[in-house]
Amino acid sequence: MTTAIAQDTITLTINGKTVTAASGKTILQVCRDSGIYVPTLCYDERLEAYGGCRLCLVEVKGQGRPLSSCTTPIREGMEVTTDSDRITRLRKTVLELLLSNHPNDCMLCEKAGACTLQELVYMYGVRYDNYYGEMWNLPKKDDNPFISYDPNKCVLCGRCVNICQNVVMKGTIDMTGRGFYSKPDTAFGKPLTPDICVFCGQCVSACPVGALTEKQARGKGRVGSVERVRTTCTYCGTGCNFYLNVNKGKIVKVTSDYAAPVNKGNLCVKGRFGYDFIQHPDRITKPLIRREGVTDTSPEVLKDPMAVFREAEWDEALDLVASKFMELKNKYGPDSVGGFSSSRCTNEENYLFAKWVRVALNTNNVDNCARV
Amino acid sequence: MSRQISISVCMGTGGLAAGAREVMEMFSVELASAGVETTLHAQKHCDLHRVGCRGFCARDVLVDVSIDGTKTTYEQVTLDRVARIVNEHVVGGQPVEEFAAGVDYHNFEDKQLKVVLSECGLIDPEDIEAYIKVGGYEAAKKVLATLSPQDTIDTIKLSGLRGRGGAGFPTGLKWEFGSKEQASQKYLICNADEGDPGAFMDRSVVEGNPHVVIEGMIIAAYAIGTTKGYVYIRAEYPLAVQRLELALKHARQKGFLGDNIFGRGVKFDIKVKLGAGAFVCGEETALIASIEGNRGMPRSKPPFPAQKGLFGKPTIINNVETLANVTYIIRRGAEWFASLGTEKSKGTKVFALTGKIKNSGLIEVPMGIPLRKVIYGIGGGIEKDRRFKAVQTGGPSGGCIPESLLDTHLDYESLASVGSIMGSGGMVVLDEGDCMVNIAKYFLEFTQAESCGKCTPCRVGTKRLLEILTRITEGKGKANDLVTLEALARDVIDSSLCGLGQTAPNPILSTLKYFRDEYDAHIIDKRCPAGVCKALLTYTIKEDACTGCTMCARVCPVKAITGEKKKTHYIDHGLCIKCNSCYDVCKFNAVDKR
Ligand SMILES: Cc1cc2nc3c(=O)[nH]c(=O)nc-3n(C[C@H](O)[C@H](O)[C@H](O)COP(=O)(O)O)c2cc1C
Ligand code: SF4
Ligand code: SF4
Ligand code: SF4
Ligand code: SF4
Ligand code: SF4
Ligand code: SF4
Ligand code: FES
Ligand code: FES
Repeated sequence: MTTAIAQDTITLTINGKTVTAASGKTILQVCRDSGIYVPTLCYDERLEAYGGCRLCLVEVKGQGRPLSSCTTPIREGMEVTTDSDRITRLRKTVLELLLSNHPNDCMLCEKAGACTLQELVYMYGVRYDNYYGEMWNLPKKDDNPFISYDPNKCVLCGRCVNICQNVVMKGTIDMTGRGFYSKPDTAFGKPLTPDICVFCGQCVSACPVGALTEKQARGKGRVGSVERVRTTCTYCGTGCNFYLNVNKGKIVKVTSDYAAPVNKGNLCVKGRFGYDFIQHPDRITKPLIRREGVTDTSPEVLKDPMAVFREAEWDEALDLVASKFMELKNKYGPDSVGGFSSSRCTNEENYLFAKWVRVALNTNNVDNCARV
Repeated sequence: MSRQISISVCMGTGGLAAGAREVMEMFSVELASAGVETTLHAQKHCDLHRVGCRGFCARDVLVDVSIDGTKTTYEQVTLDRVARIVNEHVVGGQPVEEFAAGVDYHNFEDKQLKVVLSECGLIDPEDIEAYIKVGGYEAAKKVLATLSPQDTIDTIKLSGLRGRGGAGFPTGLKWEFGSKEQASQKYLICNADEGDPGAFMDRSVVEGNPHVVIEGMIIAAYAIGTTKGYVYIRAEYPLAVQRLELALKHARQKGFLGDNIFGRGVKFDIKVKLGAGAFVCGEETALIASIEGNRGMPRSKPPFPAQKGLFGKPTIINNVETLANVTYIIRRGAEWFASLGTEKSKGTKVFALTGKIKNSGLIEVPMGIPLRKVIYGIGGGIEKDRRFKAVQTGGPSGGCIPESLLDTHLDYESLASVGSIMGSGGMVVLDEGDCMVNIAKYFLEFTQAESCGKCTPCRVGTKRLLEILTRITEGKGKANDLVTLEALARDVIDSSLCGLGQTAPNPILSTLKYFRDEYDAHIIDKRCPAGVCKALLTYTIKEDACTGCTMCARVCPVKAITGEKKKTHYIDHGLCIKCNSCYDVCKFNAVDKR
């Protein structure tokens, strides 16, 4: 074995199959890369492994107790078993314990169909009533326009906390309380307000169950009844991708696309919650051209915009703009005109725009509104 | 020729609570009025000084008076006793026998083997010179002057020292891992969190001899190659914190800490970090999170702190007692240390002996000593000469050891083989009046409340275990409860993230193993054999024993007892709230509960 190779790659066996992987990876990452299924609840590829749910336990030869695969780095020669009677029993126990403090509410739950807990319970054939005892009966919190929090459905996976603290870097929420009474919350249980929360909804996107949901989407259609349309955010040049969830032609909510190359499932408040403009009745969907002879554009008059403008087709509008530009340029010279583009355009669009201003208009008067 | 007189007053937390400060003042007043000049440590006429905890706090204020090397220990010294001690003993040369510590004290004291505690209760913990006088800082000097870091590690390895914080990991090996890591910064942490209920071994060492811990840390830091150390100590230990800070200040002034230790160009300093009293913060990864300013929650190992610890850097964590041992190992030699204890458990161990035992307190014994010797020798046997039932070792997540196993030796392996652990050294003695189901429930109440909530098996599992136990003690136990209890206990052990959840069910498993009949009695017969579980008790008055004295009827808060004077009394079970008052008050043992 040459040492150079040994440092970078590691050979191990998973369920008897030999696998080679880059050192520094965890058992779970290698399993996923190799198409071996390991159940997880607290793991989120955007975050450092948490190791809390204990569903991803695997057996490693020579280790007395099972290890959480999401946190355990691979080692040379490791022999991993991802399924065994013992592992299945432990996973079932974990699920049963979670269910013993969970409302039996799938029928009304926003998350049904997309809920990891529901899926795992189904997969492992676990029932509600193996353990019984005290159950939470905490008030729901949705004292803000965007996020609804039902602590009773929380499985304490910590993903909301970790994403808020380590990706958003906001630290709005943390685990509070101890033992059975721990739960994610704001300091002193204060409402989510703009001074502490940016309403990016990252926490919602991380929640594997129906504890954190989009408030505006309530009752408007669950995963089974929506069509997911992958699209790019129009708000800024970052160009985040996400899925629009559309139910009978109506946009219900936005969900993350973990495979998106730019944002990897992350979004800001605009991309996540700013979708209502798309189907807003006031939205301008066609070019508008000022009506002939109208000169008064005071707010009073603009109350009825169509008295000032008329709808046009793109060809007519573009022809008009082009002819006006040419007119001005010919009359007063190229530096009498300029271009100002938007930070909501992509880099490519901005590049093309600058090129057009310089080549077609012959001027360097070009700028962009991006200042942050 | 003037006599060498020395008076030391116990000013550990126990001593102070018993009024040691006033006793100390009274001594200086009485000595002055008797014409004896007191100078702190000058040994001119009389050296009056404070010392740290001596382990037998129940008999505080403890005072040693020694004249020309002959020492008399006085126990439970109160202000009114000081004058006679000064006049008759210090001045007159005649010890005051009636105040002198009795046979219990000597049983307790003389059967121990003190290493870690050898200077606690002997020297003034607030005076660095007192520590230097007994050989203090010689070990660290020797290491820095004559040993390489690897030599130091080898010495500790040779001694066989294992961590005293609970897991018993070989200290030398841990240091070797730390020393081999390459990093721009490494850290050393002394774990003085001590969150086990009733434990006070680490507190006593820090209060009674803080310098021995600092010296151990200097040696450890040199061996692993770090310049920064922390002591993580709970804020509920104000006296220990204060003495530690003072000791650090003195050590810095002497050049024992800082940029040029002992003038040898070695750099090391120590910060004190206060813990807010969460039991789980004693767990090393939670402790690290806490120092980093995060919520004290453990994280999975591997990676271990020695690879990725505080601020992501290699970090070695050792317990207070471990680090104190290091100092003595260097001072007295690895061979000497290895000669104490058993083959795999070397040296001594400090235990907090409590419960239904005559002499409770802090004790230090060689590893491998049989339990029986501790309980009946040092401990003086069971309180009120009742019948021994079990001893619980290892703190809240230890196991209960029954009478049949009283000859078990106190070492890591033997304790594990009977289903218990060494832990950090808790030892609770239980007698026939203790209900084992209730004891298991008591410990689960603690661990369940202290769970950090991070992982499912511990957060919800310990809660469900506790609920099953509670139902059993309330007479609501079901036939298959024990199967569920045992299976869930094992699953929680197997799947929890950290040592808390991985050991919390131990008290259940060990009581199920040795005292299953008590569980059965609760579940099947709806009876608590020890007469502890209220819901299962019925109070009756024995006709043949009742003299009709009416005492019970008078104390009963709900008037459940009726009967004429000098005639048998009766309890109305419908009214009785099981308050135990009649049982306590009856002089003729006529009240029966079962
Ligand atoms: C729940 C829990 C609590 C602990 N509390 C303490 C403690 O109070 N003091 C301590 O020294 N070690 C404690 N430990 C052990 C530490 O994690 C660690 O193993 C120890 O400090 C290492 O030092 P040692 O090798 O010198 O024993 C605790 C472990 C667990 C799981
Ligand atoms: S969170 Fe999941 S398991 Fe719980 S009620 Fe909703 S869908 Fe069902
Ligand atoms: S919306 Fe964003 S900032 Fe607010 S709590 Fe969630 S993750 Fe944190
Ligand atoms: S609210 Fe959701 S994301 Fe947050 S801890 Fe609970 S289950 Fe996990
Ligand atoms: S506005 Fe927000 S979500 Fe949209 S592209 Fe920019 S960063 Fe991404
Ligand atoms: S075992 Fe208990 S204390 Fe440890 S991480 Fe899990 S919940 Fe926290
Ligand atoms: S136990 Fe209390 S309430 Fe019951 S009979 Fe005795 S004194 Fe009365
Ligand atoms: S996914 Fe590994 S512990 Fe939750
Ligand atoms: S404080 Fe005095 S003996 Fe413990």
